[in-house]
Amino acid sequence: MALKTEHEIHGRRRSRNVGLGVVLIGFVALVFGLTVVKVQQGGLLEAYDHQPRVSMTPVEPVAPRTIPQEDPQ
Amino acid sequence: MTDINAYETAPEAQFGDYVALLKPRVMSLVVFTAFVGLFVAPIDVHPFIAFCSVLFIALGGGASGALNMWYDRDIDAVMNRTQSRPIPSGRVEGGEALGLGLVLSVLSVMMLGLVANWFAAGFLAFTIFFYAVVYTVWLKRWTPQNIVIGGAAGAFPPMIGWACATGGITLESLLMFALVFFWTPPHFWALALFMKEDYHKAGVPMLTVTHGRPVTRRHIFAYTLVLAPFALWLGLTSIGGPLYMAVAVVLNAAFIHGGWRILRRSEEQAVADGYAVERQVFKLSLYYLFLHFLALLVQSWIGGW
Repeated sequence: MALKTEHEIHGRRRSRNVGLGVVLIGFVALVFGLTVVKVQQGGLLEAYDHQPRVSMTPVEPVAPRTIPQEDPQ
Repeated sequence: MTDINAYETAPEAQFGDYVALLKPRVMSLVVFTAFVGLFVAPIDVHPFIAFCSVLFIALGGGASGALNMWYDRDIDAVMNRTQSRPIPSGRVEGGEALGLGLVLSVLSVMMLGLVANWFAAGFLAFTIFFYAVVYTVWLKRWTPQNIVIGGAAGAFPPMIGWACATGGITLESLLMFALVFFWTPPHFWALALFMKEDYHKAGVPMLTVTHGRPVTRRHIFAYTLVLAPFALWLGLTSIGGPLYMAVAVVLNAAFIHGGWRILRRSEEQAVADGYAVERQVFKLSLYYLFLHFLALLVQSWIGGW
């Protein structure tokens, strides 16, 4: 009996195997597409490297500066 | 050489049997309402993110369907309608359905969290828990109000879709929930009136069996009355508009009229014409929900108030 002979179980389970293969390839394509979209959308792409830097400082709204009133006493 | 094949008698599970475990017909409702919830939300979502969000909400719904089929395999084997499902027919083993349901539950929640946000993912996890545990395990075999509470599980998807875009819950998403929630009981009880299924044989309390058909008819009419104000209120919110309002007024008038006709009929009349009115109202209920959400979609596209 040749070693390459396909067992009949492969025939019976062909639709399962092909189906699962298609699902897995689809999932990989989905994750890749998501990666592309998420990167294009920006977001925080810098990791924290334990050093303070300008890009980490919170953006504060620029308020009109008011001169504090001196107390007359 | 003799081939010994122990599997000769057991039918081989095909790919479609595993798809059937995910209840594709229920999934179509989930896909549609979740998509509308996401689309009408005030925050724009990238089309691919929206596609993936709806996909994983649907997968979560499918996972809870598989868990439901695993738990209900004893009932499904008794009732005619469900005897050909993958587990009762012997093509898929119960443990396989449980495994598939659990794996897909975790996968869909994790992926929705990564795709959209973790609030929506938590909401999906809660929905799966609600359908698989609260409805299937606790309430379905215990109370004839099972349909009402189970309806909540089917009503969450538009809220999850909305949460995917906005990251929260608002009046609009709560009213979309109410629309599906109060629609479910008249929809299913109209079906229960003309589908004489052997629920009692399976030990599932259905209102038609426990409280009788006249009570069920009264319940159907009462729920169409409760449903209408929520459907119209939704039209007054930020996602409503003249088109939605017109559709809602017509459909709710028709649905209440249908509920009234069901209420006024005796069982003898119904048997005499083969449950014609009940069938009509059931069909109307399908259009009712589809057209409401379609109207929301179109209204959002053309602009609201």
